[in-house]
Amino acid sequence: MITLEGVGKSYDGGVALAPVSLSFAARSTSVLIGPSGCGKSTLLRLIVGLVHPDSGEVRIGNETLRPDNMERLRHGIGYVIQDGGLFPHLTAGRNVTLLASYLKRSPGWIAERCAHLAELMRIPASLLSRFPRELSGGQRQRVSLMRALMLDPPVLLLDEPLGALDPVTRYELQEELKRVFEELAKTVVLVTHDMSEAAFFGARIVLLRAGRIVQAGSFDEFLHRPAERYVTDFIRAQRAAIVPAP
Amino acid sequence: MRSLLALLLLVPALSWAQSTVNVGSKRFTESYILGEILVATVQATGEARATHQQGLGNTAIVFAALRGGVIDVYAEYTGTIAFELLKKTSPATLEELNRELAPLGLAAGVRLGFNNTYALAMRDDRAAELNIAAISDLKRLPELKFGLSQEFLNRRDGWPALARAYGLNAAPRGLDHGLAYEAAASGRVDVIDVYSTDAKLDKFRLRVLADDRGFFPKYDAVLLYRLDLPKRFPRTWEALSRLEGRITAKDMVALNAQAEIAGVPFAEVARGFLAGGTVREGARPRESRRFVALLIGEDFWRLTAQHLLLVFASLALSIAGGVPLGIWAGRSPPAAGWILGSVGILQTIPSLALLAFLITLTGTIGTAPAIAALFLYALLPIVRSTASGLADIALPLRESAQALGLPSGARLRLIELPLAARSILAGVKTSAVINVGTATIAAFVGAGGYGERIVAGLAVNDNTVLLAGAVPAALMALTMQLGFDILDRWLIPAGLRHEEGAPA
Repeated sequence: MITLEGVGKSYDGGVALAPVSLSFAARSTSVLIGPSGCGKSTLLRLIVGLVHPDSGEVRIGNETLRPDNMERLRHGIGYVIQDGGLFPHLTAGRNVTLLASYLKRSPGWIAERCAHLAELMRIPASLLSRFPRELSGGQRQRVSLMRALMLDPPVLLLDEPLGALDPVTRYELQEELKRVFEELAKTVVLVTHDMSEAAFFGARIVLLRAGRIVQAGSFDEFLHRPAERYVTDFIRAQRAAIVPAP
Repeated sequence: MRSLLALLLLVPALSWAQSTVNVGSKRFTESYILGEILVATVQATGEARATHQQGLGNTAIVFAALRGGVIDVYAEYTGTIAFELLKKTSPATLEELNRELAPLGLAAGVRLGFNNTYALAMRDDRAAELNIAAISDLKRLPELKFGLSQEFLNRRDGWPALARAYGLNAAPRGLDHGLAYEAAASGRVDVIDVYSTDAKLDKFRLRVLADDRGFFPKYDAVLLYRLDLPKRFPRTWEALSRLEGRITAKDMVALNAQAEIAGVPFAEVARGFLAGGTVREGARPRESRRFVALLIGEDFWRLTAQHLLLVFASLALSIAGGVPLGIWAGRSPPAAGWILGSVGILQTIPSLALLAFLITLTGTIGTAPAIAALFLYALLPIVRSTASGLADIALPLRESAQALGLPSGARLRLIELPLAARSILAGVKTSAVINVGTATIAAFVGAGGYGERIVAGLAVNDNTVLLAGAVPAALMALTMQLGFDILDRWLIPAGLRHEEGAPA
């Protein structure tokens, strides 16, 4: 579904992402993980076209991402960031329906889709008339996910979507996201720095370090067949967090 | 068809032009009074309405207005016509002036009867005591102390030439013009240089010495008018012609003193003169009563309307021009440098210089160049606040809008401008409030507004008149501020209010 071929990016300061080739199968869930500055967010932003690669190309489905088809391809990608990225001047509901009404979808369709997503994300209808600042962090992420899912895109990209939440809300929302991902069967790419979260979501985990892929595979493979010493170190550094919940 | 349309559009303009005589005046007491005398004279015939474009900035502006047909007539001095307007190097007769004015569609005529030029003056009682009536008498008394203004001392055609012409041997002291009258009145100096119709001559009881060798160039007051005026309004012209020789230098000094020292309004001074032919002493009412009377005088609503027109027309233009410029600057950092730089430089241009430039550019005086100047001054706050409002939008929000797949125009309209609304509105408010103050300069080019009173007050050194213009301008600025605070609640999206200090 998503293919990166020799995609690299460097900024003035240095290499953000060394040329990398990677693909994400349709309807799979993948997790990009690594320490801060490892290039995991850059990789996600390259897929949605917020960052333009210095080399290589990004393909969504059969199409290469180019400036002239970018807007159309983005309609097939849902993108969620930390703390939601909701527009503060619009109500939660308007945030969700903004793009659909810009694209002139019928009001009936919009209302129906919005109600369906509210049910899916367990957001009471009354919350939709509130402004983002009047919502809790967890509610904002749910609304942000509704916005991302509005046009029923085949691809869902999430950049540390739970990073700003308190542990209890985070735990709750992890469960729910997993349920939603399974229910909707989207191609999901999620960025996190938390190995337990990666293990919880990901059939496939991609560990990055300094703009380079260290290892890609299941959590099991990471534990038992680490590609290099760093993989074990990274897991060990987070071991307290990966004790299974009772 | 098109010419017919043009004709239809012209008809109202023509009928307006045909029924109105527009009188002009410059920004000093004597010119205001003469302007009012002309207005009252025109109105008395009943042939045409008269308007008064009063207190125009300087000779160049009022001359441009006359040539452009914005005004039909004003009082000017033969010396000024020769040296300043026609750029001649030697004095000329009225006939010579008219030969050069005719190709411009203008003429000078109707000598009002006085000459306003440089002159020497002495305290009246001392001159009588020493038996001095003319400048040549001064030669007899070399011990007299001369206190002359720096300008007069240093001009080639000033003191050096005068001393040579009359064979005077005095050693004059330089003296600030503002202090010279007091110095002469108190006897610290004997002879000072003055303008021959200065209001203070009366107040300080000074005698103007006759220029018996005809040294000073003649600055005879005449009417400078458009050649078509006598044809368009024969009866009015006849009435204006009867002003010939009516105003002596002594009359003019008294009229100036009435306005400047007794504080009688110009129109009243003019009416009094025309009614009696002689000058009565004006009794100045108590300052507080006079202030209230001036404040809500008959011109109040006209000035208010003009002021509001100037402020809002220029503000509308500044928003229409400034917001797009600000968007451009906000989106393109390289453009931001020169856009903000140029609108910043506009702010530093002195207002009179900018107005003079715009008058040359537009070829007219009045509302158009005034609005243009205010428009240019109001740009900076709006451009800057729009650019910074857009630049300050948090990157995650900007990227969320992009990632959503909204095209650039829709992002601007639906996301970025609403998010920058608070900042943009703050800039507009700043411009509006500043404009209320700056609009007072419009009076220099005859665009009216409260500035008319301020300019008049400055011209006659009358603080009460000045305040009658400054106070309503300040009140308007406060009202503007309040109005925008209320407008904020309507225009700033509800989700953005009271979010200061909330986490981004």
